[in-house]
Amino acid sequence: MPENWQEAGFGLYLHWPFCAAKCPYCDFNSHVSSSIDQDAWQAAYLSEIDRYAALTPGRVLDSVYFGGGTPSLMRPDVVSALLDRVASHWTLANDVEITLEANPTSIEAANFAGYRAGGVNRVSIGVQALNDEDLRRLGRMHSMEEAKQALILAKTTFERVNFDLIYARQDQSLDAWRAELTQALAMEPDHLSLYQLTIEPGTAFGDRFAAGGLHGLPGDDLSVDQFFLTQELCEKAGLPAYEVSNHAKPGQESRHNLVYWRGGDWIGIGPGAHGRLTLGGSRIGTETELNPLKWLANPAQNIRETLALDEQATEYLLMGLRLQEGIDLLRLRTRYGVTLKDSKIKDLLELSLIEIEGDILKTSREGRPVLNAILRELVPD
Amino acid sequence: MTDLKHIRNFSIVAHIDHGKSTLADRLIQETGTVKERDMQAQLLDSMDIERERGITIKANTVRIDYTADNGEAYVLNLIDTPGHVDFAYEVSRSMRAVEGSLLVVDSTQGVEAQTLANVYQAIDADHEIVPVLNKIDLPASDCDRVAEQIEDVIGIDATGAIQVSAKTGQGIHETLEAIVNELPAPQGDPDAPLKAMLVDSWYDAYLGVIVLIRVIDGKLKKGERIRMMHTDAVYPVDRIGVFRPQMEMIDELGPGEIGFLTASIKQVRDTRVGDTVTHEKKGTTDALPGFKPAQPVVFCGLFPVDNAEFEDLRDSIEKLALNDASFSSEMETSAALGFGFRCGFLGLLHLEVIRDRIEREYNIELITTAPSVIYHVYMKDGEKIELHNPADMPDLSKVDHLEEPRIKATILVPDEYLGDVLKLCQDRRGIQIDLTYAGSRAMVVYDLPLNEVVFDFYDRLKSVTKGYASFDYQMEGYREDNLVKMSILVNDEPVDALSTMVHRDRAEMRGRAMVEKLKDLIPRHMFKIPIQAAIGGKVIARETLSAMRKDVTAKCYGGDATRKKKLLEKQKAGKKKMRQFGKVDIPQEAFISALKMDS
Repeated sequence: MPENWQEAGFGLYLHWPFCAAKCPYCDFNSHVSSSIDQDAWQAAYLSEIDRYAALTPGRVLDSVYFGGGTPSLMRPDVVSALLDRVASHWTLANDVEITLEANPTSIEAANFAGYRAGGVNRVSIGVQALNDEDLRRLGRMHSMEEAKQALILAKTTFERVNFDLIYARQDQSLDAWRAELTQALAMEPDHLSLYQLTIEPGTAFGDRFAAGGLHGLPGDDLSVDQFFLTQELCEKAGLPAYEVSNHAKPGQESRHNLVYWRGGDWIGIGPGAHGRLTLGGSRIGTETELNPLKWLANPAQNIRETLALDEQATEYLLMGLRLQEGIDLLRLRTRYGVTLKDSKIKDLLELSLIEIEGDILKTSREGRPVLNAILRELVPD
Repeated sequence: MTDLKHIRNFSIVAHIDHGKSTLADRLIQETGTVKERDMQAQLLDSMDIERERGITIKANTVRIDYTADNGEAYVLNLIDTPGHVDFAYEVSRSMRAVEGSLLVVDSTQGVEAQTLANVYQAIDADHEIVPVLNKIDLPASDCDRVAEQIEDVIGIDATGAIQVSAKTGQGIHETLEAIVNELPAPQGDPDAPLKAMLVDSWYDAYLGVIVLIRVIDGKLKKGERIRMMHTDAVYPVDRIGVFRPQMEMIDELGPGEIGFLTASIKQVRDTRVGDTVTHEKKGTTDALPGFKPAQPVVFCGLFPVDNAEFEDLRDSIEKLALNDASFSSEMETSAALGFGFRCGFLGLLHLEVIRDRIEREYNIELITTAPSVIYHVYMKDGEKIELHNPADMPDLSKVDHLEEPRIKATILVPDEYLGDVLKLCQDRRGIQIDLTYAGSRAMVVYDLPLNEVVFDFYDRLKSVTKGYASFDYQMEGYREDNLVKMSILVNDEPVDALSTMVHRDRAEMRGRAMVEKLKDLIPRHMFKIPIQAAIGGKVIARETLSAMRKDVTAKCYGGDATRKKKLLEKQKAGKKKMRQFGKVDIPQEAFISALKMDS
């Protein structure tokens, strides 16, 4: 049997934990710091790249992803040095995807050319909203005009460009979202990540919500209507959904994220980064120290656990069913030794929430917005 | 044996948090009954549940030696009594075992409902009552106002009320003097045949059943053979002793004294509160008046959440029953809930206490089904059935008529809440028997069906009167009424554990309330779920729980896999805890919450 990385890809994730400001909805591991010793960070990343390279000799690397935080706050020469080291260790796939997440402020856009020169070929820009009032409410540091300029610049600089929007926001009607998404599609991105606003505990929004604030959030009915509208408009514009929140022109899907969803192998480097690696026949989950300075002091110290087959199966279902292409029941049986309950499948088929073709099981249009409930049924106890 | 003149027996009447336990602790401490280093707060409340809920379930007692200012040595016996309507009978027995009460009122708060209920018990028992105003160290203390309120509301003289701070110790000495000087000494004849009241009893792992008694006449010595007059059982007395509050063995108890005996009694069930203890030979022939055998009036099903714990549940119920004569149980099977027990209780608090003890002391998670009373079902063939569980209701075509238990309820309430109380009683099919005033307080007496009271009547009463009503009841026999069994169907499947008996005229209203409640209690599923109430085959109320429309995680990338996997596992575990009816998961709390009526 081929290994996971051969079957579903092999990626490298680098986490840059710093932001210029913390957004009120964000529950990622991001920190605001006035002094960052980028040389020290570079050295730590390099040592980790070396360490992982020694564990995974002979592999072909499909993707490198700089996530955060706000990696567009990294100096271009740091990015370049890291990518040089990566290329010295692994064979890069012919179509290797090298993505960097960026915020569209003018200062950060000024680095685009430097990133391109260092090897970055795809940017993912956190636009989030297309009007200044909502950008302010979301705590973003850029204006609508800056976002437009950054997108124009990104398109001329990089081969591929994604941008993110957050919808189902406070006081956002179905028509308002229709207008905004139409405007977004008119900018002709090749990839769009469209996330419904989620109130996470431990964020500023979470606190406000718990205290009875944050009014005007859509109820389930409106947010589902917005979800379906999103599917419809993107499909018409030639960017069908390939995942719950991700839309792309055919062939422009994020290869890096597909590694996660298809159950491939990835290395996670940086504070709080997670990884999944098949080593010596076992699937290893890795997890690092969350606190940036603690991580920096000792980057190689991380938690490693071997994932049992049933845990691997759960992850495969949890991640794989997010994809429009669905999961492979044959892989579930042969690789993880798991067979789903016929009665559960029958119930879900009767409710038209899933579809089965041969060994492929996927969610239906109606099933997608209730994926968590489907998982609660399907994932074995 | 102590000379009668030098004995004082008393109880303390107080509302929760008014400082009863702290005052008791202080009295014990001031007299040196417990050494400083052995002091722990709330010496008398021994069970966790008692401490947490601020209630006393078992009667506790302590014997205090006190040399008064007059130079004479006294024995003071304090009985700490239960304070809830479920244990009204036990309270009345404890009250009969003493001659006086300290009425403790928080001088920052004033008289409250529970104070009233218990003080009337004390008045009923002809107690001398000494008012004590507690918490005078607090800035909000207002002794004049509270003393006036005691006179107005309770109708006893509070001019001599003792001002106390149980916290600082101020007034404790005066309280001890008042006990000696104002409370009467007990009366009794040491030469008459033995007559003692069984006040309470409980199980001790080392000594077997411990029986708390108050000697009225005669003397009881170690080694003598005693007879329980109601159960007619005979036992040799192994030990006699008193509580200080730890056990201290003595040789003899005489008239007026309060103490305990052990006599190789294996089960608490063999000892009945209120029974008369006498000698096997040459005993008294006059039993003490007022004895009532404990009779469960409320029944419900207790099922383990995890069916594998059924045997553990059986074990825990057997153990608890050994220690509680008023608690009954028999095995029950439910299509929905599996194997469990149908249990009988004195009332709802008793039910909750037993349930809590099983869950905590035996670590078994329980599903509790709707409480019910015992109906008498008269069949057309002349047979009479006692129906403990609505699920067992026979086919209506074979039933001639049904009778339900009624109670006489007495409610004392400040008159500003009278209207709400009358409405509540009317809503619960009550028939007004009497309405009188005492100052600004009204006393209403209602004839009510017990099934309208057992569930949430007391909660509703407290809520509509802001806690200012006191409530007591006694059983009044059975009466025929137009009663029917109402079934609940979820997704077209009957849920036996939700069946209830209701009056025909109120069935629609109750049915509507229940299906509306269930609609809120059952989580949305991936399909729509009809929820119906029905009598026989006829649907009388219906709601539809619409299908879940949205439950999806917006972002899930490599770093989220672990967290989302754990979340999914947690959700699955939560789902597993629910009960499955066909394809519908019903949360455990729904079985009780569905029955609570908001108005």
